[in-house]
Amino acid sequence: MIEIEDIVKSYNGTTVVDHISLTIPPRTMSVIVGTSGSGKTTLMRMINRLVEPTAGTIRIDGEDIRDVPAHELRRRIGYAIQGHGLFPHWTVAQNIATVPKLLGWEKSKIEARVDELLGLFQLDPAQFRNRMPHELSGGQQQRIGVARALAAGPNILLMDEPFGALDPLIRAKAQEDLLAIQRKLGTTIVLVTHDMEEAIHLGDRIAVMDKGKLLQYAEPAEIIVNPATPFVADLIGTSDRPFRLLSLTRVGDHVETGTATGSPIAADASLRDAYSDLLWSGRTAAPVTRDGQAIGIITLAACARMAARPQ
Amino acid sequence: MKIGLLIRLAVFLVLVALLIQPDLFQGFFALFARPTQPAIYNQGNLLDITISHLTIVAIAIALSTVVAVGLAILVTRPFGAEFLPVSRTIANVGQTFPPVAVLALAVPILGFGTAPTLIALFLYGLLPIFENTLTGLTTLPPNVIEAARGVGMTGRQRLMRVELPLALPVILAGIRLSTVIALATATIGSTVAARTLGEVIIAGLQSGNTAFVLQGGLIVGILAVLIYDALAGLERWLTARTGQKQAAAN
Repeated sequence: MIEIEDIVKSYNGTTVVDHISLTIPPRTMSVIVGTSGSGKTTLMRMINRLVEPTAGTIRIDGEDIRDVPAHELRRRIGYAIQGHGLFPHWTVAQNIATVPKLLGWEKSKIEARVDELLGLFQLDPAQFRNRMPHELSGGQQQRIGVARALAAGPNILLMDEPFGALDPLIRAKAQEDLLAIQRKLGTTIVLVTHDMEEAIHLGDRIAVMDKGKLLQYAEPAEIIVNPATPFVADLIGTSDRPFRLLSLTRVGDHVETGTATGSPIAADASLRDAYSDLLWSGRTAAPVTRDGQAIGIITLAACARMAARPQ
Repeated sequence: MKIGLLIRLAVFLVLVALLIQPDLFQGFFALFARPTQPAIYNQGNLLDITISHLTIVAIAIALSTVVAVGLAILVTRPFGAEFLPVSRTIANVGQTFPPVAVLALAVPILGFGTAPTLIALFLYGLLPIFENTLTGLTTLPPNVIEAARGVGMTGRQRLMRVELPLALPVILAGIRLSTVIALATATIGSTVAARTLGEVIIAGLQSGNTAFVLQGGLIVGILAVLIYDALAGLERWLTARTGQKQAAAN
């Protein structure tokens, strides 16, 4: 658990983070959204003391982060940044091994960990271990960047626009991978982005920031349905609201009995994808399958119902 | 590439032959000497003189490197930032001071011999290495430095594991420049009795024997070209290994 309490950061009289308090529950993904200059990155960088707050307290699992030397604190917190920040003079394996090495792990343990992480990110260890970062594609570099951040098994992972440099297709894949890894490892993730779509897709909770202030900190559905200020509403985009709401719900939760024809929709697809599929194929209902088994149908009406603002 | 390698090898072999068996070139150098004069330098062993020449240069440049890199590291740390202008001035003065003047000033204090030459070359070598190290350490990719902090490296670990290795090609370019300058400048050291190839050139000038002048000059020239080339190759290799663009040096 990360407790941020009344934190302030000012540079030469300009306040960039203005009395922010929020609590990030363990094993969740919290996304901080805001435009550039909103103070979102500064807020995140105070968690691993890359920036020292002017006032206020941050506690991790009850312990004040100022009680630990900054470099030791950072070794316990994963950190992944935009443009990956891999060390260009080190191989992939050396990059991933950075923190375990700083922590003085045994060589054999480090090697095993590197291979395990490469496997986790669907990169063949034998093929990638000894490559140099510049020999990788953008998506691969990004994955190695996250693998390095996770190498020592931190409870907390901070990510600063980790997918910002990726093209849309690879970004979508990277987001899915991150969700899967988060579910698997139970890491508490704090991710900074300017992209509300990404925030809604990834976040268990979303913190919206503007001009150094925290405007709203809530679950995605709450933010979409009840934006705290006009600025939050603007970020969501009024015409996109129903679709954003649909994207939060899985098809499997709204299956009805009955039969339908045409290509089936997977139960773990979002309602948004199902709605889009139904409209595009001109159907009013489609069969739903889970692990290849038909479990019912999803109807256009159900989608429309879920897209409406909850009363 | 293959032709380049052959040319380098050929030049190196000529140099070795010239140092070990100078008599092989008797016919060539005789063209430049009067009939009564010896065509090949006969007041000392060319190989020994060359080794002495290289040793003086190596010691001077090693000292320059240690001091210049050390200074550059110091003034790029947070606590040393205020010394940046001062250290730049010192290195600049070292460069603008003519080596001959250093020799003239050093001889009364240190006496004749190798020491004044070492000092002149050392001072002369400081600036290029200092400036390049400074450039190398201040133009590192910001997100790599950010990552080095973020993973929990201490200041010292960042310097040793990330900053210096990444700046190395640019630092090497400075060392290469200083080395080539020192190789040529070391010849002046013979005027205060340092044992360098300048001895051969001066002997030639004193006796009006162009063959001697040519021998001394030729050996210094070939040494400079080969060492320059080798260090430049090392830089290219280091740069390519990390996929960086060729850093702007000198």
